[in-house]
Amino acid sequence: MAQGRIDTRRLGRFALRGVASLSMAYLLLPLFFVTWLAFFAQEIPSFPPEGYSFKWFRAIPGNDRFVSGFLLSLEVAAIATVIGLMLGVPAAVGLVRLRFTGREAASNLLLLPLVVPGIVLGIALYVFHVEAELMTELPILGSFGGLIAGHVLIVIPWTVRLVTASLVGMDRSIEEAAQSLGADRLTTFRRVTMPAILPGMVAAAMFGFISSFGNLEMSLFIVGPGRTTLPIAILQYLEWKIDPTIAAVSVLQILFIAAAMLLTDRFVRISRVV
Amino acid sequence: MARLQIDRVTKSYGELKAVDDATLDVANGEFLVLLGPSGCGKTTTLRMVAGFVEPTSGTIRLDGNDVTTLPPWKRNAGLVFQSYALFPHLTVNQNVAFGLEMRKVPAADMPKKVAEALRLVRLDHLGERLPRQLSGGQQQRVALARALVFHPDILLLDEPLSNLDAKLRQDVRVEIRELQRKLGLTTVMVTHDQEEALTMADRLVVMSEGRIRQVGTQHDLYERPADRFVADFVGRSNFIEGRIEAPGKFVSKGGLAIACADGPPGSAVLALRPERVAIVGSGEPADNRFEGRVEFLSYLGAAIDLHVRLSPAERLIVQLPNRPESAAPKIGDAVTLAWSRTTARIFHD
Repeated sequence: MAQGRIDTRRLGRFALRGVASLSMAYLLLPLFFVTWLAFFAQEIPSFPPEGYSFKWFRAIPGNDRFVSGFLLSLEVAAIATVIGLMLGVPAAVGLVRLRFTGREAASNLLLLPLVVPGIVLGIALYVFHVEAELMTELPILGSFGGLIAGHVLIVIPWTVRLVTASLVGMDRSIEEAAQSLGADRLTTFRRVTMPAILPGMVAAAMFGFISSFGNLEMSLFIVGPGRTTLPIAILQYLEWKIDPTIAAVSVLQILFIAAAMLLTDRFVRISRVV
Repeated sequence: MARLQIDRVTKSYGELKAVDDATLDVANGEFLVLLGPSGCGKTTTLRMVAGFVEPTSGTIRLDGNDVTTLPPWKRNAGLVFQSYALFPHLTVNQNVAFGLEMRKVPAADMPKKVAEALRLVRLDHLGERLPRQLSGGQQQRVALARALVFHPDILLLDEPLSNLDAKLRQDVRVEIRELQRKLGLTTVMVTHDQEEALTMADRLVVMSEGRIRQVGTQHDLYERPADRFVADFVGRSNFIEGRIEAPGKFVSKGGLAIACADGPPGSAVLALRPERVAIVGSGEPADNRFEGRVEFLSYLGAAIDLHVRLSPAERLIVQLPNRPESAAPKIGDAVTLAWSRTTARIFHD
């Protein structure tokens, strides 16, 4: 009997490991092939490779569209993340701390951009920009500000969600302790609440940044002429060529994001927040 | 150090009165304990004194000054929470220094004051640690040092011991009490643990359903409980329901005629402490003697509880000291219970 039970348990463990390995492989396989492809020597990707080369990586710095696309994506994501945090953190505090009618609705509304497909979001914003420009006669359509505003929209769900999670998980009595020790509301927030939700804020910034940096579908609709983000530059390149340059750019993008995650993880254990 | 006066304070949440017309006067240096079951309003009362809850009506005075609507950060009250509530990102020293910082104490004076406060709780060697590196008892003492370092007018303790294990709790009890005496601090503590309340308080306040049931010393509450709730909550009581038929004569529902202190006739409840009922031999005289049978027995170590059936409607718990020289009755034994007429308290509902 006892022997049988141990065997079942061991079997269960094997099964769990098997399923986990399969899922991991499923997730990592595309990354593996993209990375492999980036080093192929021939121009038309085909198997088996005819040789290996670094030339596609060397070609990237010479390609203006990729370089300026990368810089623009970086700029947009950074600005959108900062604004997203400035809006999302107070919103999260309000949602967690205040009791008002429509709180649930407001909370769901702020998470909506995460659920709505990027294409739909893009079209909606495009139509909105057109209408707004007609009404105000301000140059909104295709402007840098319009692009930023759109990206703020995809950062906000991350900031609201992750900061809400850390606020809910925090012991409120430490705020009361600070107040009883002589700290007013603002000082309490600055000295006690902020440090407590900092991991959530850092994680929110990172996820917001990544989803903005990699966003293609929405950006397609709201970028103006000459304002090409990296994902759009990649798409445009793909329309004419299918050489491994794209794979090389993707590898660099993956490395960039991985570096950002590792860096963040040094300050905050990501697994603790997400 | 200051006197705390709570004057006719009520806190309502809609229809519900969390605290209903509470009046208390805590003398300078006194240790007052608010005792009651959860939801009785004791914590709300403490939070009103701390400034986290604003009373619906009534006034709270600290050292003669009306602080009823003053926010917590202007009250100069030291607070210790059940969860300790230490700042997790600050070291022990920084935690203790927080109140001094808020009071703009010069940075040069701070280390000395912090060390002094930590010495009071015997933790001056752990100043550089983070809270999570300390045991529960140590965290609680840091919380105490943090609340004392800025010389508060009043110390407020919200169930400060309930997260500690039983043995440690007894030590910390003594420690808090000695410190409070030494510093002469006016202190209000909230607890639901009657043993904790009885061992620490100068005076106790028993609350239930938002109302103050009785204020008094341990002796007052135990010997002269004001009502049935207090008689039940502080210590234990047997309750016998019935009527006072004539002055000094109580007849229970089960038909026992019991001699008791004088009281107005009508329906009443008799409260009898289990350890004040004796088991006597057949010849000994007493105001009240009743034959009964032991139905249940609990061995408590220092004492033994007997559950004795006196009538179909009445069963009393009798507590006997556990002495090796006198054999305790067994389940099924017939015993004679006795108590004097002044032993029982009478409550009219």
